[in-house]
Parts: sequence; structure tokens; C-alpha cells
Amino acid sequence: MQIILAIVIGAAFGAVLDRVGAANPNWIGKMLSLKHLHLAKTIILAIGVGSVLMFGGQMLGLVEVGHMSVKAAYVGVFIGGLLLGAGWAASGYCPGTGVCAAASGRKDALFFIAGGLLGAAAYMATYPSWKASGLLDDIAGGKVTLGAVPGASYDGLFAVSGDVLGVALGAVFVLVAIVLPERLSGDGAGVETPAE
Amino acid sequence: MTADKPLNWKIGGVALGLVFFLAVLLVKPIGVSTQFVILDGILADIAAPEFITQTEEGYTSTNAYMAKSDGKYAKSAANPLNYSFIFVLAMAAGAFASVMARGGLSKSERVAPALWRANFGDSAAKRYAVAFVGGFVVLYGARLAGGCTSGHMMSGMMQTAVSGYIFTAGAFAAAVPVAMIMYKREG
Repeated sequence: MQIILAIVIGAAFGAVLDRVGAANPNWIGKMLSLKHLHLAKTIILAIGVGSVLMFGGQMLGLVEVGHMSVKAAYVGVFIGGLLLGAGWAASGYCPGTGVCAAASGRKDALFFIAGGLLGAAAYMATYPSWKASGLLDDIAGGKVTLGAVPGASYDGLFAVSGDVLGVALGAVFVLVAIVLPERLSGDGAGVETPAE
Repeated sequence: MTADKPLNWKIGGVALGLVFFLAVLLVKPIGVSTQFVILDGILADIAAPEFITQTEEGYTSTNAYMAKSDGKYAKSAANPLNYSFIFVLAMAAGAFASVMARGGLSKSERVAPALWRANFGDSAAKRYAVAFVGGFVVLYGARLAGGCTSGHMMSGMMQTAVSGYIFTAGAFAAAVPVAMIMYKREG
């Protein structure tokens, strides 16, 4: 059953990543250089929709809280984020979209994956030094959500109800997606407007 | 080619949000970058069969990272037919089907994206080199952070995870300046 779900949800994820333009490095580059925020609006809306449905579903008892999986917070999360961001901007790929792009026939994405496998191996080899440095030690409570979610094993950073906050923040994400302009900079000359 | 135009952000955003929701409703939040480690583990174990070994309690590895958390990565690499690994293979198949259904990519686009060519010219070698180095830095960073754009940014912020916000702040703090310096021309 798990394998069937992996195939169905995975295939849907890959197809949608392609259709929204996330597996296309042109759109990633235009988003990250703040020229064209169409993709940012899409992703922010998606996070909002996901959040409202998940936390709303939890409040109605339709979604199992135990399916949540919250990652730990530590200084390395920020450092790793910086590294990923730099490589993401330069190449136009992140781990998921790089795999999608390679499957779509982009040869440069095959080089991205090869580099990625080597980068992951390099981390595996250097992991003991990071561990010893203390930069992987929990900060802000480690595996925490902004508010404590009823029934979840994670602590809340703030003394608010986590599911109510989740729905509210989800609504904020939706709102941000709506008000964010498609363009912040760039002249737009010679560029076709995206599908509307 | 009109097929290159992405979905309207409203439809696309709702569709992507529904996929996130379905994942957490039925199984668990989406994540990808761990599977690069799993594939490395599978390859390493083929090259050197003592890399992953079965113990009485489960699996372990000669590599400390592979063996951490009671050998959960070692276990996944020893049993590649698991949810998360198949998920990534299915994701690739889904993207392939979607691209083919809208007519495939042009020959030049398959070598280097138009935005890259507008800024750095047509040299394939240059593009491949940057993609390779980019991949190295992205996966090194993702493993240090414990997740990537899907696991930390999308799934993390969706769950109001503090780590998701920390990761996203770091990712954009680096990504925006790098992209602004590199991609001045729109292509």
C-alpha cells in the first residue's frame, strides 16, 4: 500500500512541479533575481493551501496529527540553507526539481545530480566534524512548531494553540500570494507574459 | 511554444498545495534530499559490500552519518523499495510524463536554459560545470540543514516548523544576491 501511495503522490508531485514551472531553471532564476515572482506566488499559495487543509483537517479530526514530521532546528540549518540557496540560484535546481528536470531531458540537470551525489557523499564523510562542532545541537527547543499542536509530540515556541495558528498562518500565506506583485524589477522587454 | 508557459499561479498553487496536503494526509510530509544519501549508500554498498551490515537490531554502516539514528539511512539503502525512495523515482516519472504530454523541451533548452544562454552564452561545458558545482553545494547544504526546498521550506513552513523558517531565511539570504549578480539579462 505504501509503495502504491509513493507512486501516486510522487508522480503527482513531479507532474505539478513541471506544470507550475518549478522544474524549469528559467523560472527559478527569474524568481530568485526578483524579476518575475509568478513562481513565488504559486509556491507561497501552495504552502498556505496545504497549511489550512492540514491544520483545519486536524481540528475536524480528519487528519492524523501523527503524520506530521517536524525537523530539528540548529545553527547548521541556517548555514546549510545559505549553501543550498547559493547553489540553487547558480544552477536553477534544487534536489527535487533537479531530478524532475533530468527526467525531462535536461542534460545539465544530469550534471547537477552527479554533483549532488558527490556533495551528499562529501557531507557523509565530513559529518563527524560537524557533529563535534556543536553546530548540529538543538536551538530554540529543536523539533518545535510555532504553537503547540494538540496531540503532537512537538513543543510550541509560543504559548498559542498550534492548529489555530497554523490555519491563521496558512491564510496569511494565501494573502501574501495574492498581494505579491508578479514583477519587482526588470524592464520586461521582449518577455512574454506568463499564462493568465 | 505555448506549452512552455506555466500554469496560472492560482491553479498551480492550489494543485501544489493539494499534493502537499495529500502527502501528509495519507503518509507523511514530502522530502527529497535524503534520497541522494540513500542512493550514495546503495552505490557504496555495491562497491564495498561491508559498507552496510545487518545487525541484530537492524542495520548499521561503517559511515557514521549512514549509521546515525539507529541506522535508519542504512536500513533504507539496504531496502530501496521503501516509500521515500520510490517517491523520488515516481516524481521523476511524473515530471517526464508531464513534459512529454506538453510536447517535450527544445534541443537548445535541453543543453542549457534560455536564461543561462542569455547571460553566459552557448558553451555547454560552462553550463555543465556550474550545474555540477551547484549540485555539490546544494546537496552538501541540504544534508547539513537536514532537508531541502521540499522538506524544510515547503513541508516545514506548512507545518509551522521553526526549522523551516530558519532554513528559508538562509536559503533566500544567499539565493537572491547570487541570482541578481548572475542573471542580469532576462533572456
